Amino acid sequence: MASIRFNLNGKPQTADVIPEMPLLWYLRDTLGMTGTKFGCGMALCGACTVHINGQATRSCITPVSSLGGKTVTTIEGLSADGSHPVQVAWTEGDVPQCGYCQSGQIMAAAALLAKKAQPTDADIDEVMRGNICRCGTYQDIRHAIHRAAEIKAAGGKA
Amino acid sequence: MSAINRRVFLQVGASATAGLLVGFYLPERSRLTAQQAAEPAKLNAWIHIAPDDSVTFRIHKVEMGQGTVTSLSQLLAEELECDWAKFRTEFPPVEKVFGFQGVVGSQSIRTSWDPLRKAGATAREMLVLAAAQTWGVDTSKCRAESGFVINTSTNANLSYGKLAGAAAKLPVPTNVALKDPKQFKLIGKSMKRLDTPNKVTGRTQFGIDTRRPGMVYAAIARCPVFGGKVVSFDATKAKAFPGVKQVVQVSRGVAVVADNTWSAIQGTRLLEIKWDEGANANQSSAAISKLFAERAQKPGVEVSKTGDVAAGLASAAKKVEAVYEVPFLAHATMEPMNCTADVRADSCDVWASMQMQSMSQAAAAQASGLPPEKVNIHSAFMGGGFGRRGMTDFVSEAVEVSKAIGAPVKVTWSREDDMHHDNYRTASYSRFTAGLDADGWPVAWTNRVVSPSITNSSGQPPQNGIDRTSTEGSHDMGYGIPNKLVDYHWTEVGIPVTYWRAVGYTQNTFFVESFMDEVAAAGGKDPVELRRKLLAQNPRLLGVLELVAQKADWDKPLPAGRFRGVAVVNNVGSYTAQVAEISVNQGKVRVHRVVCAVDCGHVVNPAIVEQQIRSAVVYGLTAALKGEITIDKGRVQQNNFNQYDMLRIDEAPVVEIHMVASTQNPGGIGEAGVPAIAPAVCNAVFAATGKRVRRLPIRAEDLV
Repeated sequence: MASIRFNLNGKPQTADVIPEMPLLWYLRDTLGMTGTKFGCGMALCGACTVHINGQATRSCITPVSSLGGKTVTTIEGLSADGSHPVQVAWTEGDVPQCGYCQSGQIMAAAALLAKKAQPTDADIDEVMRGNICRCGTYQDIRHAIHRAAEIKAAGGKA
Repeated sequence: MSAINRRVFLQVGASATAGLLVGFYLPERSRLTAQQAAEPAKLNAWIHIAPDDSVTFRIHKVEMGQGTVTSLSQLLAEELECDWAKFRTEFPPVEKVFGFQGVVGSQSIRTSWDPLRKAGATAREMLVLAAAQTWGVDTSKCRAESGFVINTSTNANLSYGKLAGAAAKLPVPTNVALKDPKQFKLIGKSMKRLDTPNKVTGRTQFGIDTRRPGMVYAAIARCPVFGGKVVSFDATKAKAFPGVKQVVQVSRGVAVVADNTWSAIQGTRLLEIKWDEGANANQSSAAISKLFAERAQKPGVEVSKTGDVAAGLASAAKKVEAVYEVPFLAHATMEPMNCTADVRADSCDVWASMQMQSMSQAAAAQASGLPPEKVNIHSAFMGGGFGRRGMTDFVSEAVEVSKAIGAPVKVTWSREDDMHHDNYRTASYSRFTAGLDADGWPVAWTNRVVSPSITNSSGQPPQNGIDRTSTEGSHDMGYGIPNKLVDYHWTEVGIPVTYWRAVGYTQNTFFVESFMDEVAAAGGKDPVELRRKLLAQNPRLLGVLELVAQKADWDKPLPAGRFRGVAVVNNVGSYTAQVAEISVNQGKVRVHRVVCAVDCGHVVNPAIVEQQIRSAVVYGLTAALKGEITIDKGRVQQNNFNQYDMLRIDEAPVVEIHMVASTQNPGGIGEAGVPAIAPAVCNAVFAATGKRVRRLPIRAEDLV
């Protein structure tokens, strides 16, 4: 056991767990924050995507021990009320079907938009190809990312 | 779905009409529940109305992405005349009044179309009568609108909440009139999905998100060979792993119980288990393929027959023959299998994402030793189903573990567990012969199918060697050919198989529609021209073929380097035609655009129909371009998405959907778009390369 201190969704957090435990399971099992999803355990599907220091990161292979002093944002902390431009665009377009991968898709898209305000289709392909959607909502995701860029440009909350 | 299962579901639909209750759960609307002081009035099984005017739709069909929560609510709300913005929904437990509870075979809309509209209309009539009695007027002077009954003489109104108590005591009217479709306000409209808000904020509760007081976490090491058993095991290293609490043997393997999921999964990898690998220890994909080919040499059991095939072939000016094959496929739902169970001396609770509520209750009863009525089933949103969650193995296992350790436990499957211990889309082998007349039109057609039985997996072995689910897409193909024979070799190979989105059509439509293109080429016919002629007696299939040909500009040339193929299918009560536009570069097939025409009868929610088609195209393309589960030494060789990949966003085509306007009863939609995409793409590959793809997935070496 070790005490790891980091910032989680804007609040200080001290984790007293097995240091090797992936962040995914610390969030889900220890803290009961189940918005971040388990898909593969090997950074192959993107369902577990969170932001660490603003970077889209696969929490399933990120040990808690690596988080000291860092800032972690999960789907629960992206916005208090679903008002992030990506969430607004996702809602407008009714993107989710089963919805299981969508926390990861939204976190990946939000990190992309933070870097590139007006991403091209090629930008979207490059980043989002790491996130599997078995329901095949890709066309809707692409439209929603372009729409989120518009919402953000028009002053939507970021 | 087998014919038997289809009948069961249809009967359920009918019996549910007489009964009364349905449900699921949308947390963002739960504040309405919190305000409910008094018990809601149960107008019928599906509709409960509380004194505070909150209306609860109890939806007996679960949501796995296919949109049932929204579209079934449209059926209820349309006739109830309640306020669309104000009702909430929930998934009810297993209740007799609902009959069989499960979501399979794209049945939800089809089996609910009449019962749910009648449930809504019946409840509305009871509310209207209660208002009429309150006012002492005839019901003809009353009108229901947006959650109120209005007195048309005085403009007085009473809310549903005020009327519900009295309405629930009235006799249930038996013959309520349903609206003329011209009056529909909700049905046919692209109402926004009710499940979206929670799915964009991470609040939706999937089965894997279940948390119970005192709950522990478990993972199970199962024999890598199907049917193998534990001989002995050493848990010393597993027990030494941090977080691991307990190790127990269960019927399919050894369970590691821990205080978190990760430790449980790590623990299973540290177990040293001696397995009796059983009868399948030497099974392989190569051996299965060889067995299929051998069996296909001899006639199988006749499934369907028209005319005289021998005479037809004898008279033919030209013969075409081909052999096709597809591999096993995993379902690979994004939410791996999981189940939470709490077995106590006198009762058992089960929380899971599951397609089969009734069967899960039976499975949990059997595993716990309790009678079914002591098993409480709690349905969660599913992170994908595609047929996998129609099985109940994951339920039985969790119940076993909870019973063994005497505590509530969540059993989570790793992705590797999920891939190694699926019940797969079956491998299948198909042999064709066609005879063409002097003008190039087919006059005889034979198809011999060799595969394990799909229905056998759910306890329905083939009768007299016939499993129509394993030959669907072939014996029921929509083409008029005067002499036709389909026969089948039921061939079990020790690999568990089950329903997989679109089931038998996923392989047989690929076979039939590809071979039909071979026949067109051999006869010098354009693929659309040939199909048009053979579909002359099948107006709805012909209709989608004509529509897709028009929308895809079939008669106009494509830009250089682009090629197209067409395929059609009639499954789950709907009719679908697809044209795929592709290019081939260095052995890699790229699908740019898919034009799809669909006739699914009366459309309840056009946006959801479009979603399902886009989804199905990606699902079917994943199989066509990537999907292959292989067996060696009785084991599945693929472990995770690096070896069994899914289509990614950069590989997804643009999909255009065109719906046929129809007033026919609704068809299914969840599976309608899957079967035609693989043959449409492979037929385009033939146009591009002259190479006929006769096995999936498409391999670079098959294109040169």
